[in-house]
Amino acid sequence: MMTTPPHSTKIAPTAPVGDEGFLQIVEVSKKFGEVTVVDRLNLSVRRKEFFALLGSSGCGKSTLLRIMAGLETPSSGRVILDGQDITDLPAHRRPVNMMFQSYALFPHMNVSANVAYGLKREGVARLEREERVREALELVQMGAYAGHMPAQLSGGQQQRVALARSLVKSPKLLLLDEPMSALDKKIRQKTQFELGTILQKVGVTCVMVTHDQEEAMTMADRLAVMSEGAIVQMGTPENVYEAPSSRFAAEFIGSTNVFAGTLTEDGGSLLHCGELEQPLELGFAMANARQGHAVQVSIRPERIRLSFPEDDTTPPVHNSALGVVEQIGYMGSYTLYYLRLRSGRVVMVHVPREILVGFSQEPDYGDTLQLRWSVRSLVVLS
Amino acid sequence: MKNIGRHLGSGFLALVFLFFYLPILSVVVYSFNESVIASQWTHFSLKWYFKLLDDTEILDACRTSLELALATACSSVFIGAWIGYVLANYQRFRGSTLFAAMVNAPLVLPEVISGISLLLLFVSLEQTLGWPQGRGMATMWIGHTMLCVSYVAITVQARLSAMDKSLTEAARDLGAPPLRVFFDITLPLIAPSLVAGWVLSLTISLDDVIMSAFLSGPETTTLPLVLLSRMRLGLNPEINAIGTLIIAVVSFGVVINSYYMMKREQRQARYLRMAVLSNSSEGRLAHAPPA
Amino acid sequence: MATPRKPAADLALWRWLPSGKAWAIGLPFVFLLVFFMVPFLMVLKISFAESTMDVPPFTHLLALEHDKLAISLNFESYRTILEDDIYLAAYVSSVKVAFFTTLLCLLVGYPTALLIANARPALRNLLLMGIILPFWTSYLVRVYAWIGILKDQGLANRLLIYLGLSDTPFALMQNTFGLYVGMVYSYLPYMVLPMYAFLVKMDTSLPEAARDLGAKPWEVFLTITLPLSFPGISAGCLLVFIPSVGEYVIPELLGSSQDLMIGRVMWSDFFNSIAWPLASAATCVMVALLLLPMVWFQRVQNREPQTA
Repeated sequence: MMTTPPHSTKIAPTAPVGDEGFLQIVEVSKKFGEVTVVDRLNLSVRRKEFFALLGSSGCGKSTLLRIMAGLETPSSGRVILDGQDITDLPAHRRPVNMMFQSYALFPHMNVSANVAYGLKREGVARLEREERVREALELVQMGAYAGHMPAQLSGGQQQRVALARSLVKSPKLLLLDEPMSALDKKIRQKTQFELGTILQKVGVTCVMVTHDQEEAMTMADRLAVMSEGAIVQMGTPENVYEAPSSRFAAEFIGSTNVFAGTLTEDGGSLLHCGELEQPLELGFAMANARQGHAVQVSIRPERIRLSFPEDDTTPPVHNSALGVVEQIGYMGSYTLYYLRLRSGRVVMVHVPREILVGFSQEPDYGDTLQLRWSVRSLVVLS
Repeated sequence: MKNIGRHLGSGFLALVFLFFYLPILSVVVYSFNESVIASQWTHFSLKWYFKLLDDTEILDACRTSLELALATACSSVFIGAWIGYVLANYQRFRGSTLFAAMVNAPLVLPEVISGISLLLLFVSLEQTLGWPQGRGMATMWIGHTMLCVSYVAITVQARLSAMDKSLTEAARDLGAPPLRVFFDITLPLIAPSLVAGWVLSLTISLDDVIMSAFLSGPETTTLPLVLLSRMRLGLNPEINAIGTLIIAVVSFGVVINSYYMMKREQRQARYLRMAVLSNSSEGRLAHAPPA
Repeated sequence: MATPRKPAADLALWRWLPSGKAWAIGLPFVFLLVFFMVPFLMVLKISFAESTMDVPPFTHLLALEHDKLAISLNFESYRTILEDDIYLAAYVSSVKVAFFTTLLCLLVGYPTALLIANARPALRNLLLMGIILPFWTSYLVRVYAWIGILKDQGLANRLLIYLGLSDTPFALMQNTFGLYVGMVYSYLPYMVLPMYAFLVKMDTSLPEAARDLGAKPWEVFLTITLPLSFPGISAGCLLVFIPSVGEYVIPELLGSSQDLMIGRVMWSDFFNSIAWPLASAATCVMVALLLLPMVWFQRVQNREPQTA
């Protein structure tokens, strides 16, 4: 069971090593007429891993999920699950189950009948079927509602039943289609927690599709950021967040400040940036690059430190700037400051409450502040 | 100012409804009129109803009409639902425009055109294949079915299009092969529209004049045809009696239907209240909710 | 993991699946072709035949004699239609009657649909039921009732005389007035119901937004409600216009012999004169006439399937 403390942002511990390539997506493409929705995608998911496909609408993530479920056939490529090529298997013959965004509970059947439906199609005997349905409903804490009709249930309750229904057949792969999109924000966090707990207990391999990057970060062992039918970056939430490989990835997950600069000398580590007065200093030398080589860097808002210039004993030389506070967003546990630099560029800075109370005086609109960031907080984007 | 508008509106609606119901009221009232001259009221009498009971022509025609209507309703629902299913689920296939055109045309096409064309078809068939031998129940059945199929089709199509597609996908995902999906999920959900289509087909068939005129044979005649021929000959007060009976049956059906719908709405409102209650406590009820 | 119950059989079924779809579409398609398309071709064919006294009362088009296949297309029927005044007058008159019927139904029906759509939900259902109920009762009987009301000794005239508005009865039927009363009466539900179905689905926030932006109620109606209900209006008008052109029963019972409607002419050709080729030709011409409105109707239907 779970051992992570309740305030941790991560829910699922890393899956046990071994059983790599439990689910393999090999060169899968999908075209609708002239439009390519999924473009030669390759993906590998470990057994019992929770994998998230993250992207905005139209990026192809839902189509990919439906291809895994068998509701769409790929224009090319193969889908391999537990060593078996299931590409040509129709949906009703795959050991894959999906939890639909709209829950898709059959309105003319009660909760029990809904959950039992898949087992009936399998030909499971009545006694065993009833037992498994009971277990599944207990798992999602809906045992008392077995006789209710879907119309009598709230959104959250319907979601649990949908989950029970998709788990009761013990599928090799569970697909989740934007599971939280129908829920209120307040309930979302709690449900993420509960859902993660249940799935971990069951030990099923999951692929989830979402446009909510917080959700992906919270629930997934690994995630893939998708755009225009292709994977932009794949890795653990930490990898993708701390080391985004592209501007798109950096800006999609969390917020960031991106600066463009040019190398000041051959093989050097300093970048000249038009928007900043001081050069950017990288933590390493770009050995093979010539002077003038264009580089983009990302600096996360929470890695920038603010201070009043008067308080500075030793003003920084590199990786710093002066800015005027233009906007303040008070968020309770942290405050967002938007500072306008001399060049006109606006930079976002995330200051936790604890740090803020350490200031002699809280920064206000119009104040001039010194921004600085460490060499390690600069991420070079390719 | 707004009140005048509302009163004008109500007044207008009242006039429209008066227009609608004047003939119906007149039929009912005069069916109880003793006088032969329908427009002169003498005194209350049931004699026309009694005359109906002796009128074998009308009674036979009634039976024929009912048999025909029941057969038509069943065949129309079967074929119409099938067509509606195709329309809703297959958007593009070879000939889909023609298909849709053939379904939509009977909705507006003047019945004389449909009547003549089907009659000529049957005549030609008789010449080449030997069937149908003359016109009768079979030809009328086909003709009536052709009239009704389109109505059922678009009713079913509308219902299917409005249905959540993920329901059939969920069934497939859970292991149901395509035919099973249809019987387990699709059919129960379109059942109301099938019933509506059945009743509609029944009505259209019972009421039909022109198609029946073209396709009926010497032995088979329907109620509307009998009524029509009598109307052309002159006034026949029995017609009021039979009209009133039809009105009574229809009204009864409408009342039953309204009652049933009201019950259904009440039940749905009850469900909604329960769902809202559960929602407010975030679905975490420690005890079973009140039934 | 579930193992399929009958793997071999399922596999066989799976191979048939592409054809499964073909069967699903093909069978009803064939049904419609046989009972809808083919009859039209029959009508077309017989319109080129000659009228005879045989059973059936027309000649064959193809004749195989002495190893020669002779196709004889007889244009006599078409010539009659184009030259005989009666037909031209009948077509024109039918279109005219259909047009005015549609107009009258629109003028009465649109406000009716609007008023019902805007009524309180409870009242709305009741009113709708009220419109639909006559529709379910026998059409012939209701027309018969109008005869009783409109004839010289009928209810209407007796009321007028009683109220002192006239000394002699008005001729209210067997003339154009009676015809229009009957036509509007029969076709009004076909106008009201599609329009109502459309109006009820309309987004209520749009008129509200207009009011919020300062439009007066009548302005809201003219600039928002009316333009947005055009699809519903088109559907209703076409549902009235097209069948009215070929209407038979009402002109026969309530109209005069001067009110030439092509439906009556065709009926008479068919049943009285047994001139089937002529009636067929008249049918073809009517179809040609109605082709454009029907295509228009098809377009409207494609946008939004209306329930009858």
